Amino acid sequence: MTTTDLLSVFPLLILILWACLVLLLDVFLKRERLTTILTAIGLVVTLGFSISQNNLNLTGFNNMVVVDNFAVYLNIIFLGSGLLAISLAHDYLKRMGINRGEFYVLLMFSISGMMLMAIAADLIVFFLALELLSIPLYVLAAFARPRVESEEAGMKYFLLGAFSGGFVVYGIALVFGATATTNLSGIAARIAEHQADIPLLTIGAALILVGFSFKVAVVPFQMWTPDVYHGAPSAVTAFMAIGAKAAGFAALMRIFVAALPTLSEQITPIIWVLAALTMIVGNIVAVAQSNIKRMLAYSSIAHAGYILMALVSYGQSSVASVSVSAALFYLLSYAVTNFGAWAVVIAVEKAEGKGLALDDYAGIGRKYPALAAAMAIFMLSFTGVPPTLGFVGKFYLFRAVIDGGYIGLAVIGVLTSLISAFYYLRVVVIMYMRDGEPEVRSEPWLNLTTAFTAIATIVLSIFSAPILQWASQAILSTF
Amino acid sequence: MTTELILFFSLALIAIITGLGLLISKNAIYAALYLVLNFFTIAIFYLLLGGAFIAMAQVSVYAGAIMVLFLFVIMILGAEKLGKSNTVAWQRPVAIILSIILLIEAGYVLFWRTAPVQAAQTLPDGFGGPASIGNVLLNNYLLPFEITSVLLLVAMIGAIVLTHKQKTDKEV
Repeated sequence: MTTTDLLSVFPLLILILWACLVLLLDVFLKRERLTTILTAIGLVVTLGFSISQNNLNLTGFNNMVVVDNFAVYLNIIFLGSGLLAISLAHDYLKRMGINRGEFYVLLMFSISGMMLMAIAADLIVFFLALELLSIPLYVLAAFARPRVESEEAGMKYFLLGAFSGGFVVYGIALVFGATATTNLSGIAARIAEHQADIPLLTIGAALILVGFSFKVAVVPFQMWTPDVYHGAPSAVTAFMAIGAKAAGFAALMRIFVAALPTLSEQITPIIWVLAALTMIVGNIVAVAQSNIKRMLAYSSIAHAGYILMALVSYGQSSVASVSVSAALFYLLSYAVTNFGAWAVVIAVEKAEGKGLALDDYAGIGRKYPALAAAMAIFMLSFTGVPPTLGFVGKFYLFRAVIDGGYIGLAVIGVLTSLISAFYYLRVVVIMYMRDGEPEVRSEPWLNLTTAFTAIATIVLSIFSAPILQWASQAILSTF
Repeated sequence: MTTELILFFSLALIAIITGLGLLISKNAIYAALYLVLNFFTIAIFYLLLGGAFIAMAQVSVYAGAIMVLFLFVIMILGAEKLGKSNTVAWQRPVAIILSIILLIEAGYVLFWRTAPVQAAQTLPDGFGGPASIGNVLLNNYLLPFEITSVLLLVAMIGAIVLTHKQKTDKEV
């Protein structure tokens, strides 16, 4: 192991060690508030080290990990999501009677898996990262046991997660069989030398695509999503919707753009159909939901479809980097908006799964104008109405898709966005137009998160140029 | 050569029979015992190929540790007898179609693969021995090796969190 190796995984190492430390300290700490603070400190320190890796472009462990700006950008999203998830969870866990220190430990381990996914450059490391980020999420989904919905969520997520993990492993095995290597640069080199078995490689790549499609909830692999998002504690769902999705897309972009651009002729039609199906099914089924958690679950499926659109043109080297940066920007905009929306859901939610129906939002506009305004901003951002982050994200995404020459897919995207306006704006209408006696929790960290994400959704959309600049520098290093 | 061939085919026959027995037997204990036998034959295959270390690992990890765990779980749950299986009606035809696809795929790889099959190389001395495996594991594959240990730790914490008696009122 050289210094470069150590340097390339340094933030990851810090986070894993810190998680072990917090696990031990949690036993002795009498005040659980300290566990929260320690976790936040750990995430902030790791964030600092991650940012310091910007522009370093390291490779380590015999090309098993690559730290490029793509990885740094995603790691910042993961760690930022972790911090937001803690601020959502802090009071929520107490209120729901599930305040245990292991929550924070598992959260940190899950983030470390996501960070490993962002820097992975070897199929074995991808698989291990997938498991490392998933196993804590299975447990977190069932964290509210013995509540039946939560146990069901954990069980379903675990079974389908293990199932999809099987697809990934089988795909990796076939790719290894076709190219005799698991390293992404090695695979690309073997294909370039015409030493790879292309049909076998295609099947392997398709299986890897299927496996990760489960993780990011792409139709037709989305069956688990509404149940898991509904049953898991809301703070966990908020984190899961961002973290697992961003990590899954990180893996897909890294594997397909860096190692398999030559397969695009076979893979692109599959991705086209998956993206179109996901946008259509996600948005149309969301219309029929009366529970806000299920509605947001289908909305997250639909957004997975939008992000998947960016991958359609991955084989065209002139467009690929623009598409990747558009997807990265969209992930950021989705992360900010999503955490805001979940913060409002948590504020309205009551124990025993009450306060989750859309009707519970009636009258919020009159009684709690600030909260209603924030929720309206998030809903508009999900729809993609200016001046919100969601609009800017969709704009760049659609432009990248059209640049790639997939006008039909962009048209489907725009039309499904119109459908989505119906169910997003319905929440706004219920909040402002209907009378009700809503009860809303006011907790300092929750309010802070809501305010922060609401302001960020507006302000970042106005000053989006520097972020996009940053995202466009976050291109994958092509070895 | 002929003795090796005879050995190979008789072992292959045992492996297939035990594999079928595993699938067919109604009693879960018998199925598990068939699986133990199957693992042993596979271990001897590894020995024939010159992989002494992996053969030992197969015996001690799979046939030993994992199967003991299986048997314990079956006996503790009292799940020896399979209940009347209620299969979904369309399951069988779909299973048959999927197995045919798998067979075609395997056949393709065996007979029609485009890349030439490379002749078996003479392996370097000590290939697949404990020393070379340890060397590869702690040099080339150091990172996956270490991450696996973290993964096992996380799985352990998760299992304890999910099964340990509630102690939610820690703050009291």
